[in-house]
Amino acid sequence: MTPILEALDVRKTYAAHTALDGVSLAIPEQSIFGLLGPNGAGKTSLIRIITQITGADGGEIRFRGQRLGPAHIGEIGYLPEERGLYKKMQVGEQLLYLARLRGLTRADAVARIKQWLARLDLTPWAQKNVEDLSKGMQQKVQFIATVLHQPKLIILDEPFSGFDPINANLIKDEILDLRAQGATIIFSTHRMESVEELCDSIALINKSRKVLDGPVSAIKNQFKTNTYEVEGKGRPLLTHPDFEVVEQKARENDHFYAQVKLHAGVTPNELLRFLIGQVEVHAFRERIPSINEIFIQRVGETMPETAPAEAAS
Amino acid sequence: MDKIWLIIQREYLTRVRKKSFLVISLLAPVLLAGSSLAIAKLGGGGSPDVVAVYDESNLHLLAHLVNTDDVQFVPALGASLAASEEAFKKAKTKEDALLYVPASVSIDSTGGVQLLGNGNVPLRRQSNVRAAVSKALGALKMERSGLKQSTIDDLQARIELTAVDLTRQGDGRNDVRTTTSMAYVLSILVYFFIFVYGVQVMRGVSEEKSNRIMEVMISSVKPFQLMMGKILGIAGVVLTQFGLWLALSWGLTTVLVPLLLSDKPAAVVAARPGAPAAVVPPAVNDRPLVANTTPSSAAAAADAPPVAAPRPGAPFSIWALLDGLPIGRIIGGFLFFFLGGYLLYSAMFAAIGSAVDDQTDAQQFMFPVTIPLILSYVVSINVIINGDPNGPLAFWLSMIPFTSPIAMVMRLPFGVPLWQLLLSGTLLVAGFVGVTWVAARIYRVGILMYGKKVTYKELGKWMFYKG
Repeated sequence: MTPILEALDVRKTYAAHTALDGVSLAIPEQSIFGLLGPNGAGKTSLIRIITQITGADGGEIRFRGQRLGPAHIGEIGYLPEERGLYKKMQVGEQLLYLARLRGLTRADAVARIKQWLARLDLTPWAQKNVEDLSKGMQQKVQFIATVLHQPKLIILDEPFSGFDPINANLIKDEILDLRAQGATIIFSTHRMESVEELCDSIALINKSRKVLDGPVSAIKNQFKTNTYEVEGKGRPLLTHPDFEVVEQKARENDHFYAQVKLHAGVTPNELLRFLIGQVEVHAFRERIPSINEIFIQRVGETMPETAPAEAAS
Repeated sequence: MDKIWLIIQREYLTRVRKKSFLVISLLAPVLLAGSSLAIAKLGGGGSPDVVAVYDESNLHLLAHLVNTDDVQFVPALGASLAASEEAFKKAKTKEDALLYVPASVSIDSTGGVQLLGNGNVPLRRQSNVRAAVSKALGALKMERSGLKQSTIDDLQARIELTAVDLTRQGDGRNDVRTTTSMAYVLSILVYFFIFVYGVQVMRGVSEEKSNRIMEVMISSVKPFQLMMGKILGIAGVVLTQFGLWLALSWGLTTVLVPLLLSDKPAAVVAARPGAPAAVVPPAVNDRPLVANTTPSSAAAAADAPPVAAPRPGAPFSIWALLDGLPIGRIIGGFLFFFLGGYLLYSAMFAAIGSAVDDQTDAQQFMFPVTIPLILSYVVSINVIINGDPNGPLAFWLSMIPFTSPIAMVMRLPFGVPLWQLLLSGTLLVAGFVGVTWVAARIYRVGILMYGKKVTYKELGKWMFYKG
């Protein structure tokens, strides 16, 4: 299947610095794709090229195999990190305006606005000016504006910021729902737990280059270190040529926690067998690195000593 | 094109629906009608000043003072200066000033003449009286030197100059004051509206920027569409406002003012058969026609005794003053040059709004934009109204796109050759296209630039950014 969006060797240079230095990506259809990277890595530049706010200096973006152009504006929905609406405009009118700019007919737009407002409990607020709404409600309105025209590709930059946990869950369910209905979501965030929870695949950009990409499960496998976590009762004496202790903690009531790395060719069962002889094992599991750890590790590897400058994207 | 139309609609509707728009639209005509009422009530400066003369000298100056359109001399009431002063104070509605010629004044010694008034005597009145007195004394001197009046008359060449504009329809004669004040009013309207609504464009842009809605908008529409949509939408607001003002002012000045001006409005109508009761817009008809008198005033006319109008022939409507001017060309030219100027300047204002993060930063960039606007107004007044409306400087001012909206509009009431109008119009359109192109290039970079202190050098660079 052709990916919904492909970036081929995309380059973008601003007067003083390079924002994107030959970035290539493929985003599979009907998936949630995490676009990760530290501040100033070039994520916003890439998103702005995909949303056609700016043009790339080199390379190409393909939308379902076609060169990306103005015809695709109606297929893409974009929720920028820096949100904003016309403050003195009514919620309903504003949604209608934004939907029509994305190419919806008035009748279609009105029907869908009604539907969405009801769905996110905003119906009583339709006639209110945006400035009269709470921040969370404004965020919901903005979310509706992003998806109202039923885009095939939805770009969400930090979609959960400003939401309380209940509304964040509401939005999360909507995102999953949108994927189920066939949409593809590009999800840019610094909250790794939501990446973990939602993303099917990710790409990590650092210093204007892509440093990692692929399905989340594959990446995690790739970063596995053959380390196991053990919890139990007793005081194990873990000195053995087949494995080494990464971390060991004594806990109250004679309990312990340990991380043990197996050397090549050693199976977990061997470790387990060794432990059973010494202590009472309560838990034994493989330690799979979190996206957060992978992020920090990978960015650290590709990062010079100095931290990247904020902003400038 | 669809999208830009949506943007125009939004910009237009959100502004027109505001309460402040309604208030200004209703209030301004009331003020205009009020001021025209005030001018009419106060006599508008059309009647000559009446100056009482108390002459203690033996020159019999009063006999030699020549009455003109501006000033008339009457003998003072009262046997003494004090009595005259008293009489003058009491009868102050009739006489505007009291000229006191002391006994010491003779043909050779003219010091000590005084002009007494209730309050300050206006400069124009002073100079009129001075001219009359010095003329009278001059006549006396010539008489003394033995010249006969006929010789004197013969020696003086009298020229009567009537300005006739051959390019104008009708008899081509009209009141210079009307033409000049028309030029003032039109150019100040252009100046004022370009400024006010240009700043609105700037505010709108920087509001979108600080609201952070820009990114959402620009992912849907091209920056140029957003910029032009805003500019054109606001242009629609201005035109609506003009339209409302024109309609309301006309309504108020033609219906309300005549009623307020006279205590017996119906009588006035009756006393002036054939005179304009309500004036038809001059653009439609060359001469004001008799319009329908309202039934109530017609009925009132029957039982009210006819009295003379306060000043026979004085227009009851400011619109009647416009009679005899090239109205079609003035209105067409005004709209064209106002719109052209507005588009040109508001494109620059939009670029400024896009470049700065907040309003206070805008000041430094507004300066170079407002300078040509202010200069063209000030220079045009000196060159065109006080100078020669068809001179070379006036010509060039009305050709350069940055100054032509004001300069050309100022020249319009004086009559401008068609080829100059066309040339200036073409140049203005070209200027607008050029300026908009530059502004759009700055705009498209500026709207997404946050937290950067912008300099002129930076703006220059933006123009050459790719895509």
